[in-house]
Amino acid sequence: MNILRKKSTANLPFSETAIELFIRLCGISSILFVFGIFFFVFREGAGFLFSGLDVKEFLTSVEWQPTSLNNKRYGAFALIVGTFSVTILAMCLAVPFGLGAAIFVSEFCSPKLRETFKIIIELLAAIPSVVWGFIGLTLMNQLIIVVFKAPIGLTMLNGGIMLALMSVPIIVSIAEDALKAVPDSYREAAEALGATRWQVVYRVLLPAAKNGLLAAVLLGAARSIGETMAVLMATGHSVNIPSGPLSWIRTLTATIAAELGEVARGDEHYQVLFIIGILLFTITFIVNLIADLVIKGIRQES
Amino acid sequence: MRMNSRFSYLIIKIILVLAYGFVISSCSPKDSESVASKAASHVTIKNKGSDTIVNLAQAWAEMYTGVTSSVSVEVSGGGSGTGVAALINGTVDIANCSRQIKPKELEQAAQNTGKVPQEFIVGYDALAVYVHPDVPLDKITIPQLAEIYGENGTITQWRHLGIKHSSCPSDKIIRISRQSNSGTYFYFREALLGTDRDFRIGSLDLHGSKDVVEVIGRTPCAIGYSGMGYATSHVKMLEVATTADAPYYAPTLKNVLAKTYPIARPLYMYSLGEPTGAIKAYLDWILSAEGQKIVEKLGFVPLESN
Repeated sequence: MNILRKKSTANLPFSETAIELFIRLCGISSILFVFGIFFFVFREGAGFLFSGLDVKEFLTSVEWQPTSLNNKRYGAFALIVGTFSVTILAMCLAVPFGLGAAIFVSEFCSPKLRETFKIIIELLAAIPSVVWGFIGLTLMNQLIIVVFKAPIGLTMLNGGIMLALMSVPIIVSIAEDALKAVPDSYREAAEALGATRWQVVYRVLLPAAKNGLLAAVLLGAARSIGETMAVLMATGHSVNIPSGPLSWIRTLTATIAAELGEVARGDEHYQVLFIIGILLFTITFIVNLIADLVIKGIRQES
Repeated sequence: MRMNSRFSYLIIKIILVLAYGFVISSCSPKDSESVASKAASHVTIKNKGSDTIVNLAQAWAEMYTGVTSSVSVEVSGGGSGTGVAALINGTVDIANCSRQIKPKELEQAAQNTGKVPQEFIVGYDALAVYVHPDVPLDKITIPQLAEIYGENGTITQWRHLGIKHSSCPSDKIIRISRQSNSGTYFYFREALLGTDRDFRIGSLDLHGSKDVVEVIGRTPCAIGYSGMGYATSHVKMLEVATTADAPYYAPTLKNVLAKTYPIARPLYMYSLGEPTGAIKAYLDWILSAEGQKIVEKLGFVPLESN
């Protein structure tokens, strides 16, 4: 191994240099793509963002009337509230189940059962979101009507359950990795001190795996914010400030998906949809930034 | 080591092939005049647009394979706006439209392709007002619908319509609508509110004509609108009158043809320039008795001359 590493680059055969270059390009490309996408989205929306759009109205008004003939209004407040409320609801459902399942799979279950579990959870992650949307539109719709006596089942609760089901596999697999990464010596030491299995989990493993678990939750949340098809189909797609889990809502992503297909390119409405894209970009950026800061803070503490 | 270098050559080869493909595809001429391929043996007509018409267009395309085997028609949906946009870009031969083309779009098409789109009315569509069969209501007026759907409308509860709707405990009318840039949405809004008033926000904006009928079939509190052809046994169609004093008309073929049913509109197809060859033959066949039979079969209203 050492000999190989010491070899200077000048002596490397052409093929190795090519591979190295290729891999380097792959690494750089991800950065280029992010900036490229940001540039494109910004360019499409910028014209109207800086001249014409009433930003205060955009952020605070619920009047979303982009196709009005005489009085176009672009108020995205209800869409922002919709996105956040359905994401928070989904996280309330997905985090306990996801972390619980991760703890069970990594600490309490027999190796054979664990393999089966992991395969099934991966299978759950492989279901396309449009299929979840279809389940929401048909099965869950009916279920919510029957169970909650709601007039219609296409609600925030429906969308929240669909998003929770979609983010649970992500949370489970990342959280399980985080728990597995805690050295066995910690478990052995705790057990030697007479801790029960539950005490080991609660007092030793959870604090030790804090960063990884937080990353799992945040990635799950990011999945929920960005999800489009399932929420478009399951939440009722209605511009509405929700008063509870049984209200119908509309999200930022679903609005782009539903309306971008039929607007004329370069139109005001087209540009506003891209401004919504910029807003989504900003939201995910802030979420990631907070996550970074929190993780850094935890590191410094320990 | 030997395996390694062989592997890397493979990678280089793959990269080269990809690069070659990229160069070829970016160099190929972008002109779209060749859409209706000039090869005499087999012609493909590209047809795109309104979701309202997509089922009808598909049925025509399928039947047409029995008429002549040398022409095939590719149909896709996406909405009236999508179809017109494709026509402006010259990427389709025929655009389906559930509204008339706008003057601005005509101008753009003429500028972009040098040809003026030609309009063909291929049938009529009647928008029916659907409710759940449990709703104790059989007729409604346009002003009432305007108050249900319009901004600052006064009708929000079923009792405002003078009925007691016992299978809807909240009594609140759930408005089912379409996404705000579908042709159906535009037409219904214009028929109800003219051009000065908008729909009230808070309706459930579903993504397809069929979804509207399906959701209403499961929701006793709901009211909605969709093409007449989408009726199922799980929903009820209301009779509509233009004013409270006017007679009510059910959405039937007869009433639409007699132009007495108030919410009916023509369906359009647009070709780029005066149609020729296979495209002309196809449009002529659509307008013939045989083509119009399919219009009726799918729940739309055929042209009067037949």
